[in-house]
Amino acid sequence: MYILIGGGGQVGYYLTKGLLQQGHEVLLLEKDGRRVEQLREELGTSVTRGDACEARVMTEVGGDRADLVIAVTGDDEDNLVICQMAKARFKVPKTIARVNNPRNDDLFVRLGIDVTVSPTRTILHMIEAEIPHHTIVPLMTLTRAGLSLVELTVPPDSPAAGNSLQALNLPPSVNIALVVRGDQNITPTGDTVIEPEDRIFALVTQEGEAALREAVITDEV
Amino acid sequence: MNIVILGCGRVGAALAQLLVGEGHQVKIIDQDSESFNRLGTDFPEGHTVLGNGTDEDVLRRAGISRADAFVAVTNGDNRNILAAQIARDIFRVPKVLCRIYDPIRQETYNAMGLESISPTIVGAKLFRDAVVNPITRTTSPTHSIAQGTSVPVQRMGGARERDRAGKR
Repeated sequence: MYILIGGGGQVGYYLTKGLLQQGHEVLLLEKDGRRVEQLREELGTSVTRGDACEARVMTEVGGDRADLVIAVTGDDEDNLVICQMAKARFKVPKTIARVNNPRNDDLFVRLGIDVTVSPTRTILHMIEAEIPHHTIVPLMTLTRAGLSLVELTVPPDSPAAGNSLQALNLPPSVNIALVVRGDQNITPTGDTVIEPEDRIFALVTQEGEAALREAVITDEV
Repeated sequence: MNIVILGCGRVGAALAQLLVGEGHQVKIIDQDSESFNRLGTDFPEGHTVLGNGTDEDVLRRAGISRADAFVAVTNGDNRNILAAQIARDIFRVPKVLCRIYDPIRQETYNAMGLESISPTIVGAKLFRDAVVNPITRTTSPTHSIAQGTSVPVQRMGGARERDRAGKR
C-alpha cells in the first residue's frame, strides 16, 4: 500500500516507522524544516517537507495514487482538511484522522472521514474502566449501525446477581454476546445465571445501554 | 439578522461594524481579547465572545443556535473550514460563509458546497485590473471592496474578459 501521513510529531514518527517495518510504501509530510531534518536522520527519504493540506504538495508526492491518507497533526482543523482534500481532489479511497477534541469525532465521520482515532476519548474510557465504580465501558462504536460493543462488570450488590438472563427481561436492543467469569468464557443463554464480578460483553443501542445499566448496575430509575 | 462572526481581525472587525451600522444583531468571537479593541468604542457592549471558535460550547455562547448567518474569517484557512462545517452541519445555520486564502482549497470546498471567498484571488484580480485594464481603473477597487462585492470572482473576471474581447 502507498500510505501518506500528514504531521511529523511523535504519532506520525512512530506510525511511519511501524508501517515501513510492515513493508508499506510510506511518505511522511511535515511542515517544519527543522523537524524534517531530525526525522530524516532515522527515516531517510520517507520524510518530505511540505503541508499535506496543500494540493500542490499532494500532487508532487503522488497523492492520486495513495491508497490511504492518515492525518495525525495536533490540530483537528488541519487533520480534517488533509483528509477532505485527499478525498475530494485526489480520490484517496481511505482516510484516517486523529481527533483531539472528542466532540469532533462524530462530526468528522459525518464529513466523510472514514476512520477517526480519538486519544482523548480512549484515555477517558480507560480511566472509566480503571475506576472502581461499576460503569458501562464502550469498547467499540459501529456508527452506521447505531450499535456499541460495551463491557461491564457486575457489582457485588447488583440487582441482577443470582438471576438468570431470562429473568432480567432485557429488551431486544440488548444483545449479550459473552459472559466472562474468572478465566472461563460462557456463551450466554437465557438460563445463564449472573454472578457478581462477571464481565458482561454486549452489543447495545443507546436505549439498550440504558436498559442494561438499569438491570445490572442499579435498580433505581 | 442575527449574525455570528468568527475572528476579530481587520476583516472581522470591519464586517462587524458594517453590520451593526445597518442595524443587525452581531456577535463576534476571538481567542484574543486584545483583538476586540479593533471594534472601536462605539461597538455595543456584550457582543464579543472570548474563546476558541471551533468549540461547540463557545459557538453556543455566541448564540449560534439562533443565528441566521455565520461568517468565519480567522487567519487560518483550516480553522475557518472546520468552524463553517460545524455551523452548517451541527447548528444548521441557514447562511454560512468562510474565508479561504488558498485558492485551490477554496475551489475544492466551494465545489463541496461550502460557500467561501478567496481574498487572494479577489485581491490579485483587482490589482491585475488596476494595472492593465484602463476601463476598471476608473472605478476604485477600494470602493468596490467596501461595498462588499461578493460576486463570484470567476464570473467577474470572465465578464471582463468577454467585454474586452468584444471591444477588440
